[in-house]
Amino acid sequence: MTETLMPYDEALAQFEPVLGLETHVELGTASKMFCGCPTTFGAPPNTHVCPVCLALPGSLPTANETAIESTIRIGLALNCSIAGWCRFARKNYFYPDMPKNYQISQYDEPLCFDGYLDVEVDGKTVRIEIERVHLEEDTGKSTHVGGATGRIQGADYSIVDYNRAGIPLVEIVTKPIPGTDRLAPEVARAYATELREVMRSLGVSDVRMEEGSMRCDVNVSLMPRGSSEWGTRTETKNVNSLRSVERSVRSEIERQAAILADGGRIIQETRHFHEDTGLTTSGRSKEEAQDYRYFPEPDLVPIEPDPAWVARLKAELPELPSVRRRRLQAEWGVSDLDMAAMHNADAFGLVEATVAAGAPAADARKWWMGELARRANEAGTSLAELPITPAQIARVTELVASGALNDKLARQVLEGVLAGEGSPDDVVAARGLQIVNDDGELSTIIDQVIAANTDAADKIRGGKIAAVGALVGGVMKASRGKADAGRARQLILDKLGVTE
Amino acid sequence: MSLIHRTAAELGRLIATGEASAVEVAQAHLDRIAEVEPKVHAFLHVDPDAVLAQARAVDGRRAAGEPLGPLAGVPIAHKDVFTTADMPTTAGSKILEGWRPPYDATVTRRLREAGLVILGKTNLDEFAMGSSTENSAYGPTHNPWDLTRIPGGSSGGASASVAAYEAPLSTGTDTGGSIRQPAAVTGIVGMKPTYGGSSRYGLIAFASSLDTPGPFARNVLDAALLHEAFSGHDPMDSTSIAQPVPPVVEAARQASVEGLRVGVVKEFGGDGYQPGVLARFQEAVDLLESLGAKVVEVSCPSFAYALPAYYLIAPSECSSNLARFDAMRYGLRVGDDGTRSAEEVMALTRAAGFGPEVKRRIMLGTYALSSGYYDAYYGSAQKVRTLISRDFDAAFHQVDVLVSPTTPTTAFPIGERADDPMAMYLADLCTIPSNLAGNAAISVPCGLADEDGLPVGLQIMAPVLGDDRCYRVGAAVEKAFEDRWGGPLLKEAPAL
Repeated sequence: MTETLMPYDEALAQFEPVLGLETHVELGTASKMFCGCPTTFGAPPNTHVCPVCLALPGSLPTANETAIESTIRIGLALNCSIAGWCRFARKNYFYPDMPKNYQISQYDEPLCFDGYLDVEVDGKTVRIEIERVHLEEDTGKSTHVGGATGRIQGADYSIVDYNRAGIPLVEIVTKPIPGTDRLAPEVARAYATELREVMRSLGVSDVRMEEGSMRCDVNVSLMPRGSSEWGTRTETKNVNSLRSVERSVRSEIERQAAILADGGRIIQETRHFHEDTGLTTSGRSKEEAQDYRYFPEPDLVPIEPDPAWVARLKAELPELPSVRRRRLQAEWGVSDLDMAAMHNADAFGLVEATVAAGAPAADARKWWMGELARRANEAGTSLAELPITPAQIARVTELVASGALNDKLARQVLEGVLAGEGSPDDVVAARGLQIVNDDGELSTIIDQVIAANTDAADKIRGGKIAAVGALVGGVMKASRGKADAGRARQLILDKLGVTE
Repeated sequence: MSLIHRTAAELGRLIATGEASAVEVAQAHLDRIAEVEPKVHAFLHVDPDAVLAQARAVDGRRAAGEPLGPLAGVPIAHKDVFTTADMPTTAGSKILEGWRPPYDATVTRRLREAGLVILGKTNLDEFAMGSSTENSAYGPTHNPWDLTRIPGGSSGGASASVAAYEAPLSTGTDTGGSIRQPAAVTGIVGMKPTYGGSSRYGLIAFASSLDTPGPFARNVLDAALLHEAFSGHDPMDSTSIAQPVPPVVEAARQASVEGLRVGVVKEFGGDGYQPGVLARFQEAVDLLESLGAKVVEVSCPSFAYALPAYYLIAPSECSSNLARFDAMRYGLRVGDDGTRSAEEVMALTRAAGFGPEVKRRIMLGTYALSSGYYDAYYGSAQKVRTLISRDFDAAFHQVDVLVSPTTPTTAFPIGERADDPMAMYLADLCTIPSNLAGNAAISVPCGLADEDGLPVGLQIMAPVLGDDRCYRVGAAVEKAFEDRWGGPLLKEAPAL
């Protein structure tokens, strides 16, 4: 079913969006949330299972203390209050990939609550308020075979892998985010990006969106300009990349605006985002709000974090990404705008790693934000997914600094590395990419170029030194880029008996 | 005296000294089972070869000079609500018919570690929901005192097997009285330990915050030995108490009430209680006084609300606990013909696999937890629970133990209350408060009701982790009554 969209600018002229994000992060603990099964990704189906995570009759959960600790650290990093006493709760609903047909989660007593995360968009700081951070367990993974949609409706049969069932999952819920205006898609993306950075800095999760270890549910509602009453929201589930977070918000704004402008009403529902079309489609309707019959989990004792322990966890938090960025910005001497550009391009970590590998910050930034960004864009991929490492970039900058390469050759080296031809040094050797700095060979080329451009040579002799550029260009062309342009310029001027 | 009439403590001693082999003891009980099971129907599963293999292993260990515990080689009947890796486990339900668990419950494992020989799995009300064992999907168990009557429930197979001399010991679980009430109506001893004192890991859950494994025996010391064998902290059960098991065996040997303060719960008695039950209970109270106890009346006003609170909390938890029986991973599957959705198969399976009482409780619990009703039902019930705990706390400031009849009536005829759930629920009137508060309580025989000649139980309640007091008082009462009766009450039971 195709739905009408209203062009984004038009939608924003009429409506103001309100955002909300629920993010699930799989914790990187060695064992599952309530049993001792391993959590590693990619094992054969139903091999990381036991009586507890299969919910065999009689089995009981016991809570993973490391997961509780990680959740508290996340809460602290997000400036939350930590509950002095809280409980797990059962969320009851039937679904074949949930072995107990209830999920052990938290309801009205989250472990962490009332925090915030500052994100930067367009050089401005936007404070995203955090409602709660709570701990729960993941479900198994269903695969629906046959049928057109890959969803359970219409499938010939479904198979379930319970390896993921019971992996600790932290849910981070924002308060509603009004006031983002036309930047809503960018704010959503910036929040997800920043959250991912926080998780990485804490070392609590590998936060791989493509493997589902970080998943965003994006809530969007619109209200007419000038109104203060929020509209009905939709929840777009499992948006699996940062880019998709941005695109899904944009497309949902465009879809809702078209419906509202046409006098329709928004159905409160779950929607699915499609990477290929960039559109969302309707999922399960929440019109008749599902009753999860939450009640305190009687199989687990309450969590009572010792305040001294929480204080120690707080004191031991690592340097958080925003703090680190400010420090590095000062060290690198980079403008706010350039910082924002790096952040938005998801290049910050790559630049940082390249600098750590020995490259000057300006060079590292130049390559990642210039040549490599262009190539990533051409390939329709992200910087991080390019088959080149920060250490390789650092090596290229080193070769340029030493005079062995110029920028033009360096670009060819990068091209070779990206094409899988090996390390920068391999590419230099294989392609014969070295600056010609043998004056003998260069001298011969220069003589030929002067002979072929007598007009220019005369102008130079006559004092129009700017004309030397044409001759240098000729030398570079004749040497197929291998000549050292500076050296060639000097030799030309010498041969023509001109001094600057 | 034949081996089946021995106490567990005696059998353990005979086996340890080599005066009897574990195989002989097991065979004697297998013979008894073969003889009386057609009348009693206490067991859902008995595998004689497997029983004898366990017994031979114990004899082998003795022959090898290994030290044996006090219950090594002693047979036991195991309630079919504990998982057993080598035996089917049904919880009395069609939905688990034929299911063989891949793991042992902690209680099962500890029985094996103590060298107990598991005779088989005993009948129960489906998922331990009931007070008569009539709710078993596999047919009722009969009371050895009168085969037309119920053996109590839900641990009715457990009580009947011990009362019928098919086993000297059995395991049970007590959620609202499911050990104490069957013990009372079959004239044996049944103990509900402090909640969290015995592990629930591998106990198929009915109501998680109430379920408590406990022992049945024909005498107080045997019950204490079994209690000690399978209790204690279990890291697999988050609600299990990380403290040593109270000194129950020592208390059972002490058997004294001298100087003890005993409270009679004022609220238990009067209308709805069978006169013969009240008469035997009064005799027990008089006996305690004559043994040197100081008896006072204690009021626990919130106990009046225990039954309704229980019938909100237990069904609420059960509605969630039983959600896992969905035909996806184990057990019965109905309607999976390739055309139906997973949800339809779940619904058809649950419709076919659960009995009426289980369905009734799932519906009650689902309703009580529903949005808009939660505060009025589940929330209020939890408040009552707190009040009941406070009543106990206040009472145990005044007295060391509380006493009451275990159950308002003696064993009722099979079928009498089958269509009247409220009447059935009243069987647990006196036992439920201790489940809600989580404290320890035991039922010991205190004679036969005049009007029907059937056993009456005396309930002795002690504070949380005061399990030893139950055994100390229970053993004292037992000794005094046996002196008066000239032996155990079970001697009065008719031959089967």
